[in-house]
Amino acid sequence: MENIANIFVKSIFVDNMIFAYFLGMCSYLAVSKNVKTSMGLGLAVVFVLGITLPVNYLLENYVLKEGALAWLSPSLATLDLSYLSFILFIAVIAAITQLVEMAVEKFSPSLYSSLGIFLPLIAVNCAIMGGSLFMQQRAFANIGEATSYALGSGVGWLLAIVGLAAIREKMEYSNVPKPLRGLGITFITVALMGIAFLAFSGLKIG
Amino acid sequence: MSKLLSAKTKEVLLGPLNKNNPITVQVLGICSALAVTAKLEPALVMGISVTIIVALSNVIISLLRDTIPNRIRIIVQLVVVAALVTVVSEFLKAFAYDVSVQLSVYIGLIITNCILMGRLEAFAMSNRPWESFLDGIGNGIGYAWILVAVAFFRELLGSGTLFGIRVIPQALYDIGYVNNGLMMMPPMALILVACIIWIQRARNKELQEDN
Repeated sequence: MENIANIFVKSIFVDNMIFAYFLGMCSYLAVSKNVKTSMGLGLAVVFVLGITLPVNYLLENYVLKEGALAWLSPSLATLDLSYLSFILFIAVIAAITQLVEMAVEKFSPSLYSSLGIFLPLIAVNCAIMGGSLFMQQRAFANIGEATSYALGSGVGWLLAIVGLAAIREKMEYSNVPKPLRGLGITFITVALMGIAFLAFSGLKIG
Repeated sequence: MSKLLSAKTKEVLLGPLNKNNPITVQVLGICSALAVTAKLEPALVMGISVTIIVALSNVIISLLRDTIPNRIRIIVQLVVVAALVTVVSEFLKAFAYDVSVQLSVYIGLIITNCILMGRLEAFAMSNRPWESFLDGIGNGIGYAWILVAVAFFRELLGSGTLFGIRVIPQALYDIGYVNNGLMMMPPMALILVACIIWIQRARNKELQEDN
């Protein structure tokens, strides 16, 4: 239990998707112009990460990993399908995004209209694919750890995008040198936020 | 030569190097660009891999463009890209294992690299294979040179080496020069890209944004 909480906190602050690994940068820069829409996108990311990562975890451990198919028949124990992981992970992500979109549209039209355009875009958000690939690399011990990693990374991403959007809203009133306006100053803002987040390195619970 | 490279195809090939650069102007593929630039070698390998994958997937999608049903085109594009990325990743694991360990998940993340989807959607779906190939090469190189430029400064100032070979003389260290450890931290990549954007937009006024 302690381990799960530790993974959660660490993936929010220390291994933040944006500031430590630059994952999901494209939509991060494009959608962070105001707090409300960035909140919507952030929630969608938490949601989709929280579903796809455990599914990919099961896929990795019961189908793809070397010897993972041993539960089917002992003769498959030496089979290693990990070269298929890219294609399968992206297929799972694209399919689940589609499902989530349909489910949200059916059960919560108000949430759907606020997330609307962002949901299909999430399939190609690097943070989602990156989460699954990091899960594969870190070899979590059980599905609880994988889920807590997924939720933690999602919340970290949400925190980062809402923070940036708040700063950019205020920045509209400042006089930035012309060539730096727009993209340039946004990069520098993200870098300064990243340096601030470096202060969390080494954080640990218990 | 003149037949192969008319004025339009030349623009397609050379535009992405500067005024239509995928990273600094189109804002595509930032994720991987920043993460692999702590050292020059992985940055170069990443640049070459992306160039090859963009060019080939552009050609494949351009050849298939009339047969792909519009509704499922994203899935078809993802599958083509994922297959190519798997090939490149296995190739790197076999012939350049050290680099593939350093690049870790970022090779796999080429699949979701926005440069690929962006170019496939915006160019390959509506142009012939040869132009799509040039567009892929141009965008790949435009991406690669930013990576190499950022990695050059990060490796030179951060660890005093280039391609792992020491270039800052020992005499300089003896009189008190120290490597700037901050350059190896992720945030400095952002600042360096911001500087490139600054220089580029100061020289090309039409690229400047209003706010």
